[in-house]
Amino acid sequence: MDLESLLPTLLGLAWLLPLVSFAVILFAGPRLGDHGKGAAGVATAAIVGSFVLSLLAFISWVAQHPVHAVAHDDHGGAHASADGAHGSPASHDSASSHDSQGSESAHRTVDEGAGHAGQPVSYSGDWYTLYEGGRLRLTIGWYVDALTVLMFVMITFIATCIHVYASGYMHDELHDITDHEVHLADGSHLHRPGRFHRFFQALSLFCFSMLGIVIAGNLAMVFIFWELVGICSWFLIGFYYERKSASNAANKAFIVNRIGDFGMLIGLMALWGALGTLHFADSTGLDGHARPGLFSLVRPPVARHAQLVPDGMVKFAAAEKVAEVLRSHADDPRAGVEQVEAKVEDWRREGYGKWLLLVAGLGIFCGCIGKSAQFPLFVWLPDAMEGPTPVSALVHSATMVAAGVYLVGRFYPVLTPDALLVIAYVGAITLFIAATIALVANDIKRVLAYSTVSQLGYMMLALGVGGWLAGLFHLVTHAFFKSLLFLCSGSVIHACHTNDMRKMGGLAKVMPWTSGTMLVGCLAIIGAGVPFLDIGLSGYYSKDSILAQALLFARENPSHSILFYAVAGGAMLTAFYMFRLWFMTFAGQPRDHHVHEHAHESPPVMVYPLVALSVLAVVAGWTLPGGFGIANMIDQARPAGTGGTELGGLLFRAFTVPAEHASHAHNIHVTASLTAFATAASGVLLAAAMYVWRVISPAAVAAAAKPLYTFLANRWYFDEIYRFLFVLPVLGMSRLVSATDTGVIDKFIEGLAWGAKQVAGFDAWLDRTFIDGFVNGTANATWHAGLELKKLQTGQLRQYVMFIALGTVAIFVLAGLLLHSSFAG
Amino acid sequence: MMGLVLAPAMVASLATCLATVPLFAVNPFTEPVGVVHYLFVGAVLFTAGIACMTLKRNALGILMGIELVLNGANINFVAFASPYLRAEGAPTLGLDGQVVALFVILLAAAEAAVALAITLNFYNNHATVDVDRADDLKG
Repeated sequence: MDLESLLPTLLGLAWLLPLVSFAVILFAGPRLGDHGKGAAGVATAAIVGSFVLSLLAFISWVAQHPVHAVAHDDHGGAHASADGAHGSPASHDSASSHDSQGSESAHRTVDEGAGHAGQPVSYSGDWYTLYEGGRLRLTIGWYVDALTVLMFVMITFIATCIHVYASGYMHDELHDITDHEVHLADGSHLHRPGRFHRFFQALSLFCFSMLGIVIAGNLAMVFIFWELVGICSWFLIGFYYERKSASNAANKAFIVNRIGDFGMLIGLMALWGALGTLHFADSTGLDGHARPGLFSLVRPPVARHAQLVPDGMVKFAAAEKVAEVLRSHADDPRAGVEQVEAKVEDWRREGYGKWLLLVAGLGIFCGCIGKSAQFPLFVWLPDAMEGPTPVSALVHSATMVAAGVYLVGRFYPVLTPDALLVIAYVGAITLFIAATIALVANDIKRVLAYSTVSQLGYMMLALGVGGWLAGLFHLVTHAFFKSLLFLCSGSVIHACHTNDMRKMGGLAKVMPWTSGTMLVGCLAIIGAGVPFLDIGLSGYYSKDSILAQALLFARENPSHSILFYAVAGGAMLTAFYMFRLWFMTFAGQPRDHHVHEHAHESPPVMVYPLVALSVLAVVAGWTLPGGFGIANMIDQARPAGTGGTELGGLLFRAFTVPAEHASHAHNIHVTASLTAFATAASGVLLAAAMYVWRVISPAAVAAAAKPLYTFLANRWYFDEIYRFLFVLPVLGMSRLVSATDTGVIDKFIEGLAWGAKQVAGFDAWLDRTFIDGFVNGTANATWHAGLELKKLQTGQLRQYVMFIALGTVAIFVLAGLLLHSSFAG
Repeated sequence: MMGLVLAPAMVASLATCLATVPLFAVNPFTEPVGVVHYLFVGAVLFTAGIACMTLKRNALGILMGIELVLNGANINFVAFASPYLRAEGAPTLGLDGQVVALFVILLAAAEAAVALAITLNFYNNHATVDVDRADDLKG
């Protein structure tokens, strides 16, 4: 099989397997084994199957498109048509070769070379067309490039680890549970049956939805699965829904995400209304017409993939002028249309449609703000830690929250430089706020949650300053080490039965594996490495490339150099709070002996995933001597035309988004590496000074900077501000509406009902009194007449004869009297 | 026995019939024997039968009363079959009344058979033939 049909088959199956598992557990959940224990097996088998299929896809991809080193000196033509491996003859017109019902059309886009001005290798097509008519076309399709394949492998691998881990972590749910955090009205604790199978059911649905986002061939499909992961997140955060805090957190996450999705809908409408397509890549409709996708509309191949406002948007924005031209050619419509087409170029130059493109990009980014917990919508993520820890590791650190970053990366060609700068600033603000809050948090999972928010800010900032590769590279490496960190924290919580780091300490001796793997995770997240040898853990490479790109951006645009300081400062804060976490948890003396006595190493089923993830946390960033590495593989998917320098200046004063490859320049690279090393080292040393050597007393620092400490400990009062600004007004409005409903509308309806009831009562009275009375009266009269007449029938034979005789006589007498004349006759 | 039974009934019916004499247009006792006299005898028999059925408690007595009633009717049929009452030239044998009377006798015999069977059953069930002792037909 060639890659073109192999990839959708493999990845499509990998995508659907978790759905099968979901369906099986949904219908057979509690009957799978003892108390639903088999559900874990089903879900794990499905995700392992997905992982194997993804791995096969990965291998076949790498076999077909060898990953080689990024060219540093690239600018266009030098690489064109250099690489024969990509020049497969079946290029653009492959749609005709597909006749199976499953894949209605398939496209393969092959670059004319591995150069960054060219198009990346990608395969796209549709499995099923939901609807096609006019400009409207909705399909279930795929868009597969190196990034998709890599994301599939990463997601399924982490999900596999987490499924295995969760089958140990969630074992309490196999039996009836007494939830000590739920106090019932009578003072007792809630006692409920276990929900083991339901956890894995939601987990499977989540995996399906997440893989759906990654494989989606169009934005409509992305949006569908976007919402699906949202609802899965809601299920999983609210897993302990009897706890008020958990159900609140689930609702908060869902509602905050809807706010972001509102922006996303606006973006989708802007694209849909103006361009009439949501497909990423070019596609062929059922009618056989080729339809250009978003990528080639915004960055047409004829313009050497330079970004320009698409015709559709220009015409949409210049609707009045279009109407004017058409009106003036009312007698000859065809000439009018031609005239419009001829003028599009002028209008584009006048700037029509550029705002629309910006709105489309920022709208899509709004959805990413919600999903990826960016400022100002990041408040839901720390609360989401109410869910079970495996969920935090999978959904709220490694995959779902990364979906926003992934979408920005996928959507990158459409984003204008101004949109990118907004993204960069949002990322910078997010990373700084979250890092400062993490400094003083005492809940081990909340520290990690703020760290996740902060790292997501890093990714967004990287994408915003032109570091497409840096951002997505960090997404992948972060997924590994952050899920590792969360699983380690889960292991600690499992052992200590508390989230509070102030009660931990000295756990390294009793939990050697957990502490060791967590140390690896901490080192990876702070980007530990040796600057001049250029060797380190995975975070070292991704963070360095972010720093380098931010530094380059700051050099090109000195007025935006704050972005670089945010990254550098954030790196130091990261190092401090991560090692503060590690030292408080594992180093020193036990603070709470009660907790410490009960602590124990977790069972092997939980330790193996930690080891597997820690290995990847170390090696994920490495590039093998042949050039094989995640970074270079991601670079294969670099959107056409995004490698170069871009000029912006619509929202902001003129600035340049520098080409990413320039950040590999030696002086930039070394400065960035040294900055990263220095900031990380100082952060670690500061943490050690405060929590290991105790040279500086944390309490004294907190007391000295009391207002600042209180400010940070209260999370910048974001929840309070939002409560005051949004929640309370909305609640007040709701109460008002509710009062109107109960006081006015309900009263009116109740009045109507009362009136109807009165009329009906009168009707019933009429019915009972007169109609029933008549019928019953007749029946009664008949009945009583019968009773009376019955008395005549005595059974006395002689009486009967007497009656007959007397009756006859009486009849004769009567007849004689009445008909006297006839007798006399 | 028979006399004891019938005598008072006969007397009573004769008295009743005599009491009706003033109702007639002519006095039958002063007329030559004709249809009216037959009718008179029939009426006496009929009235005697009715009286017998009404007054007797013995089921067999009642059956006898029935026979009297039927025979009173028979006399009427035969009386009305008189050639004096017939229209001239009627295309009949002039035996209509007699034929009907024969049918009545036949039916009376059949009826008596059935009635006697009922009486026998009645006796088997109640160890008596006193009709006042049974009111099984009470509604």
